[in-house]
Amino acid sequence: MSTAVTDVTVPAEAVDPAPDPAAPGPRRKLPGRRTLILLLVLATAAVYLVVRTSAPADDDNPWAFRFFSGVRDWVDANRDTSPLFLYGFNYLRLGVSLLVDTVHGALYGLGWAGLVAAAGALAAVVAGWRIALLAVAGFLSFGVLGLWEESVDTLVLTLSAVLLAVLIGVPLGVLAARVPAVGAVLRPVLDVMQIMPTFAYLAPMTLLFLIGSPAATIATLIYAIPPAIRITALGITEVPKSTVEAATALGSTRWQLLGKVRLPLARPTIVLAVNQAIMMALSMVVITALIDAPGLGQTIVQALERVNVGAAFDAGLAIVVLAVVLDRITTHAAHRAAPTTHRSVRLRLAGPVVAVVAVVAATVLGRMSSWGAEFPAAWRASFAVGVNEATRWVEFHWYDATEALKNVVSAGLLDPIETVLTTTPWWLFLVVVLIFGALSSGPRAAVIAGLAVAGLVGLGLWQHAMQTLATVLVATVATMAFGIVFGVLGARHDRFALVMRPVLDAAQTMPSFVYLLPAVALFGASRFTAIVAAVIYAVPPVVRLVERGVRDVPATVVEAAVSSGSTPRQLLWKVQLPMARRGLLLAANQGIVMVLAMVVVGGLVGAGALGYDVVAGFAQREDFGKGLAAGFAIVLLGVLLDRLTQGAGRRADDNRLRRPAT
Amino acid sequence: MRHVKWIQLTAVAAALSMAVAGCGGAKSDAGSSDAPAAGSKGTVKLAINPWVGYEANAAVLGHLLESKLGYTVDKKNLKEEIAWQGFETGEVDAIVENWGHDDLKKTYITDKKVAVDLGPTGNKGVIGWYVPQWMVEKYPDITDGANLNKYANLFKTSESGDKGQFLAGDPSFVTNDVALVANLKLNYKVVYSGSEAAIIKAAQQATAQKKPLLFYFYEPQWLFAKEKYARVKLPAYTAGCDADPKKVACDYPDYILDKIVSKKFADANSPAFQLIKNFKWTNEDQNLVSDYITNQGMTAEAAGEKWVNEHEATWKPWIPATS
Amino acid sequence: MPPTIAVDHLWKVFGPKADKVVGTPLADLPRAELRAQTGCLAAVRDVSFAVEPGEVFVVMGLSGSGKSTLVRCLTRLIEPTSGEVHIDGEAVRAMNPKRLRELRRHGVAMVFQHFGLLPHRQVVDNIAYGLEIQGVGKAERHRRAAEVLTLVGLDGHEHQYPDQLSGGMQQRVGLARALATDPAVLLFDEPFSALDPLIRRDMQAEVRRLHAEVGKTLVFITHDLAEALSLGDRIAVMRDGALVQVGTPEELVGAPADDYVADFVREVPRADVLSLRWITRDAAPDEVLEDQPLPAGTVIRDTIERVLRARHPIPVVDGDERIGVVDAEQLLPALTGHRPPVPA
Repeated sequence: MSTAVTDVTVPAEAVDPAPDPAAPGPRRKLPGRRTLILLLVLATAAVYLVVRTSAPADDDNPWAFRFFSGVRDWVDANRDTSPLFLYGFNYLRLGVSLLVDTVHGALYGLGWAGLVAAAGALAAVVAGWRIALLAVAGFLSFGVLGLWEESVDTLVLTLSAVLLAVLIGVPLGVLAARVPAVGAVLRPVLDVMQIMPTFAYLAPMTLLFLIGSPAATIATLIYAIPPAIRITALGITEVPKSTVEAATALGSTRWQLLGKVRLPLARPTIVLAVNQAIMMALSMVVITALIDAPGLGQTIVQALERVNVGAAFDAGLAIVVLAVVLDRITTHAAHRAAPTTHRSVRLRLAGPVVAVVAVVAATVLGRMSSWGAEFPAAWRASFAVGVNEATRWVEFHWYDATEALKNVVSAGLLDPIETVLTTTPWWLFLVVVLIFGALSSGPRAAVIAGLAVAGLVGLGLWQHAMQTLATVLVATVATMAFGIVFGVLGARHDRFALVMRPVLDAAQTMPSFVYLLPAVALFGASRFTAIVAAVIYAVPPVVRLVERGVRDVPATVVEAAVSSGSTPRQLLWKVQLPMARRGLLLAANQGIVMVLAMVVVGGLVGAGALGYDVVAGFAQREDFGKGLAAGFAIVLLGVLLDRLTQGAGRRADDNRLRRPAT
Repeated sequence: MRHVKWIQLTAVAAALSMAVAGCGGAKSDAGSSDAPAAGSKGTVKLAINPWVGYEANAAVLGHLLESKLGYTVDKKNLKEEIAWQGFETGEVDAIVENWGHDDLKKTYITDKKVAVDLGPTGNKGVIGWYVPQWMVEKYPDITDGANLNKYANLFKTSESGDKGQFLAGDPSFVTNDVALVANLKLNYKVVYSGSEAAIIKAAQQATAQKKPLLFYFYEPQWLFAKEKYARVKLPAYTAGCDADPKKVACDYPDYILDKIVSKKFADANSPAFQLIKNFKWTNEDQNLVSDYITNQGMTAEAAGEKWVNEHEATWKPWIPATS
Repeated sequence: MPPTIAVDHLWKVFGPKADKVVGTPLADLPRAELRAQTGCLAAVRDVSFAVEPGEVFVVMGLSGSGKSTLVRCLTRLIEPTSGEVHIDGEAVRAMNPKRLRELRRHGVAMVFQHFGLLPHRQVVDNIAYGLEIQGVGKAERHRRAAEVLTLVGLDGHEHQYPDQLSGGMQQRVGLARALATDPAVLLFDEPFSALDPLIRRDMQAEVRRLHAEVGKTLVFITHDLAEALSLGDRIAVMRDGALVQVGTPEELVGAPADDYVADFVREVPRADVLSLRWITRDAAPDEVLEDQPLPAGTVIRDTIERVLRARHPIPVVDGDERIGVVDAEQLLPALTGHRPPVPA
């Protein structure tokens, strides 16, 4: 530690209140806290039994629906007259449309051979020849799967959205890191954007930007921009203070500091931000098929409508391949952007030249020859038939088992929870959220969660929100159970982790839609289907976080426990899991937000409640207001769940920091 | 495709620059272009609504447009209401099987004047509540809607709680089911399967495994050629009884399915427009094509081609005389 | 000629109400009490000193004593709370941002403990950075960079990246970067603390050599007393933000201002630092003395052989004037009572 840093950081400690010697240790405090919570739970139960309702149906036309319908009617009537549209949204739409068409023209202009060569060349220049081979093979596979145009359309939308996300997100990220006020304003906005389920964006998008590629690009942009901003800000903040100070001491201006020191040093992190933005964009682009975006999403939506698991498998595979190629290119580029990798100047110049020559050659050859016009049909292959046969077999042979499972979970778990939630008067729910929220996450989080509850009431979708909540809770419990089991196994057995990693990678890049299909095929249209899809969707990141949490337990602690004679089981229960608590809570927070997003998509396949309201909202004119209100309700539900769990995570962290190491 | 996009690009750029130059802002249809692609007479943008019967119409029309008239066909998978919005933006030229939608007709044809009704497809549309045939044999009076409450217990599922389940389709379909259940005081809960395919799968399972099922279904529909389902009679439809969607207490009307095209497309009066205008066939024709698509593993394009090859007499009169 | 750097009643207080401390009774509180009462930390407390042109001025103190904050206040890398700093007679706190940048670009350069090199630039471009941001053309700044590269002994490394160099070489780059803009003043903030002892000694020699060659004014921060003694023309000892004593190495060792400084210098081999001036006694009235006198400024250790061999006490002269005599009896206490000498 340099004395400079010590000198400067001391005040922070100085502001920190000194530990209160009079406060009893947490150990002695715990029983009291437990009793209090137990009493509160009992009291809540008693109050509930007295005041429970008969779950009256929501008002079917509350002011919120009428208000949103009114907004829609106004927009419809004034789309071509109001200056807001004439000079605002319509221009945005045109501009984005221009961008999409330009990217489209550029990619299609290359021809398939040229585009494959371009992908390979780009990968070779920024990421090395191995990745270039992967990129070439990956792009060829789109043609082989018979999904060339769809894949390129998806790529076009993704690139357009990511381009915008980077152009807007990186400067915002820099601002957020450098100007505290901007950071403070952006943080809650990004929080909400990140917990907002993708589904909720779509109706407002069509309202403002109509259907088609521009609306899809903007929706994707909104989804992809938070990580771009966040990670950029992180990269800028992490630039070593000593380097900045040295450059300042030499008389750099603010812009010189930014351009010559901060941005170059943050470059690998910024490339990582681009990587994250691409990944997010890919998963959103698929969903925008619902508002007439072209590409693989269309294939998947259509497959969903026909319950054609095979067709969805091919398209899902193409998306995973696209995701893997883009991910590898950008992560390797980030690695290479790191200041610690140096390549000779000659290589740096020669690479791009060779690459450009290769692309031009492939494009010209492709355009001149007959096979270049369209991807050769003879090379095609598809998994659809095989997958469909397997699905049919499973459907036929497992029908009774899957029915039984569905019925047991629905009747034994889902229905009771749903009944309790829907028959609880909203004010009791609000009180419970406030009290238990304050206990678990602190007063601030409790107030925000309480406001979210009040918002749900105000939107007139209370019953539907509670039904969705019940489904989310069941799915979250299942997700955590699977996540912890696999995460702990992965943390304790390297070989298991090694096998699991590629599976998790693929699962995380697969668009959420794809998960609906096997679930529908197995369980028909039901809430349980949504739960299954949500669990499949949310388990991979939870596994990751749990595994990391357990692995992050310091080796010295584990060593000490082992040397004092702990069995592996004791080690797990008494050392690793308790110390990984923070990781587990973070996993729960992530899991619950992802589960919510998927349960809502489950509205497409019979999960009902808020998800269905959203779907119906953009399918049926008279339900528009309800759909938009449901979109907001989902956001509020997300805020509620996020605040309660995230707060708990932070609290656990504080406790651990305060508690003397034992 | 490639050329079309470049032309669109120029159109968008032109619209953008024109609008920027002070021509009064950008309208919602700015940037769309109908300029024909090179080597083709033009592009026809067909909406594809999510049921197989619709796809059958589109498949046959698409094939005729491409192979006989030399157009490029751009098929867009859109739900019904979204497809109607496409008339306004220029994303959609034609909807080739429309079920009623009087409210949309009022908005887009009468008020906004962006669409035109091109008359019936020849298909008669029936929407109703159905049960598998085995149930009719076992419970003969089940086809009377008045008796549904008596049998509600049969239809209980994990999703309907202590009520009977009514299985509906895609949320975008024309439905009054929720209002019907409420207004006829039926002890049922509407559960949405999400798609036509999901209803069909449930119906097939109900027949094969003799499971009770009450569901939303419609004709023309190829499934009726394979298996029997009985319609449950609800209070008869009278003109105007469905005027207020929240107060509907009568059965669905019979629909004369029709074709809607955008005003621009109609005004151009191209051969493509003529063909769509002339298009007219029977429920049997459509079911045949639907069967090709659903049960014989054909793509829509292949099914359309097969039907066209085998039924020249039917489609010959549709082709406009000038071409 | 005015002093190159003049620091006058300088304060730096960190904390919530930093500007409400100086000039109130709070300012007189000891550091710990001030912190308990207000949450403020007085990193630099009422510091005044002057550095003469060409001088090597060392600020020495333990970590947390405020010395790094003090040196950052000189060019306002940290904004002082009150007091004044003059560099070449100009008030630094009155400078506008542009003038301040000019000062940093041309007048005062700094070398940092953790080097602060730009990892994405080659050595030559790191050295040329200061010139680059001044707008100097590429050819010219590379020419200048090559010169200083030679000066610090880094020939042949110009196209390497910082992470390819050892710590000592990286700090040479840091030094070269500071020299490249040809500033009149160089500030060193514990530049060698992160280096191995042997390399540290090389680097110290390097600084002495450079000082001799380029003759700049140096302000050198260190927590290492040996380093301070070996480099400093004068040394300022800091404790809890305040200056305890400013003086030459001899003055510090010979006449520590308080117990703190005394404690600090106790381990120092006095014979290596003190001159004869500190141990002379008056000659007895009829004492027989050696003929050849010794100059008063001679370091004791260098006189051992002669004093011990001499039969009579040796007269010690300051110029022409005899200030006393020295013999073995005076010499021995300065040599004994200490642990083995610290390498200097």
